[in-house]
Amino acid sequence: MAEYRLLTRDIGTEGLQTLPVYERKGGYQALRTALKERTPDEIVEQVKLSGLRGRGGAGFPTGTKWSFLPRDIFPRYLCINADESEPACFKDRYLIDENPHQLIEGILIAAYALQVRHAFLYIRGEYHDQRLLLERCVEEARRAGYVGERILGTDFVCDIIVHGGAGAYICGEETALIDSLEGYRGQPRLKPPFPAVKGLYGKPTVVNNVETLSNLPHIVGNGGEWFKAIGAERSTGTRLWCCSGHIERPGCYEMELGSPIRELFEEHCGGVWKGRALKAFQPGGGSMQVLLPEHLDLPLDMDAVMKAGSSLGAGAMMFMDETTCLVNVSMRLVDFYHHESCGKCAPCREGTYFESKLMHKLEAGVATLDELGTLADICANMDGKCFCPLGDTATWFVMSAYRAFREEFEAHCGAEGCPVAREHRPLLAGHA
Amino acid sequence: MLAAQTRAEIERARQRYPSPRSAILPSLWAVQNELSWLPPEAMAEVAELLGIVPSEVQAVATFYSMYFKHPPGRHHVLVCVQAACALRGADETVAYIERRLGCPSGSTTADGMFTWESTIECLGACGGAPMMQVDHHFEENLTPERIDAILARVAAEPATHHGPGG
Repeated sequence: MAEYRLLTRDIGTEGLQTLPVYERKGGYQALRTALKERTPDEIVEQVKLSGLRGRGGAGFPTGTKWSFLPRDIFPRYLCINADESEPACFKDRYLIDENPHQLIEGILIAAYALQVRHAFLYIRGEYHDQRLLLERCVEEARRAGYVGERILGTDFVCDIIVHGGAGAYICGEETALIDSLEGYRGQPRLKPPFPAVKGLYGKPTVVNNVETLSNLPHIVGNGGEWFKAIGAERSTGTRLWCCSGHIERPGCYEMELGSPIRELFEEHCGGVWKGRALKAFQPGGGSMQVLLPEHLDLPLDMDAVMKAGSSLGAGAMMFMDETTCLVNVSMRLVDFYHHESCGKCAPCREGTYFESKLMHKLEAGVATLDELGTLADICANMDGKCFCPLGDTATWFVMSAYRAFREEFEAHCGAEGCPVAREHRPLLAGHA
Repeated sequence: MLAAQTRAEIERARQRYPSPRSAILPSLWAVQNELSWLPPEAMAEVAELLGIVPSEVQAVATFYSMYFKHPPGRHHVLVCVQAACALRGADETVAYIERRLGCPSGSTTADGMFTWESTIECLGACGGAPMMQVDHHFEENLTPERIDAILARVAAEPATHHGPGG
């Protein structure tokens, strides 16, 4: 098991973002196969067989999600979640920048399988150039007969509408995305009913992530059985790993699921920069729990990492060297959730405020031990008690860091400044 | 107050969705592209074009952080200070930009050239940290020299659009 270039296979080919080059690389052949040789139900079966799990963070099996759509209610809608805003995640942007037609082909295959005529691609407002690129590619595909009426001469009709967000992390939560798309403040909805039953405009809706859909041309082109042989038993296929922080070579690397984290870290990322030691890392993105150097030997397997108390989430790996202050990192992540809380429910709206206030005092070295003692209490009143996962996950990293680095947290109390920064100031000097 | 072209763009957006309300975000982007921010009168005009009340448009506009509720400078600079960028020197980048532009985060330079701010919101370029967006374009692997070059280049360009429509 090692690097495995499936979604990124053709990346680097000059002009891959244009239709002729994508077609020359075999692009849109899988769509042709789907439309001419498979029924929609056969595609759903292939996706189920492939074992593909959602790449947006929750890891729910895609085929199963699809099969929740009631059989006889139309219209149905497909929403593509390109609202990637999780701290430390940039794989969807990479896939859009480098291989946009692969995503569009995946969208069309999903739309055919689900018998959807309107697919809404919701992309975060900050991905401005990516949005323009996608609009251009959709028009290119339309002119070639892949989008619109009577696609490839069949009865299949599908339009793709690119919809730009305007700066709100919460819109990556599927029901908030739907709210935003309908023209409301993007706030999550109560589930059930789930979007599969009552989603966009009250109709059955599937929301899938960019990377998830980018897998479909490969699954349809090669078969679910073939795909299933890649990766680990319950984590099939590959994933793109967004590697950041204190490493020699930050970037996005595609690896087979089941490979050791150490291989990603040492061979692709080049290990910790400046010859320093690894202190901790965060897999999965800003929401997930901290892991320690001893966890480098875990496999890139969703279930194995979950057993270790964290998650592969949306496919990020943020590495921190020995000079890192975990209180500072926690403070920034807590600030993020405070900033992005939609305000709908009190535990999240108030909880992230108290968390943020406490973490700033702690990092400044002016909190007392008693105040630090309230952290667990604040988090206990949030985790599992918020309306949607945003509030729950606002507690995960900080609480895991507090448990793993308790002495460091306590050393901040009354320290008049950050003791870690003080100790490592000579090391930090060469930072920028 | 909106130009005919903007009104036509809003009308096209309205036609794209099963419900006209869905066109609020694209319409607000069209307004911001034309006027560089969202004056209340323009939001009222959007409401009229979409057949909803002005307060509903304002309620939506104020929820999303990328719409300007006050006129910004000619160019917009956004610097990420979330953890992945901070690990690679985002605080130093912010300090440098503050010195270079001579005004604090969240403000506009005296000559009206730049509005800049640091943001805790991850902008999705952690592999190229530290980073900033200038008029929505990604600028990565920043150093003081690169920042100088980018700001000098941008200052010589005309004011650009402020939204995904541009």
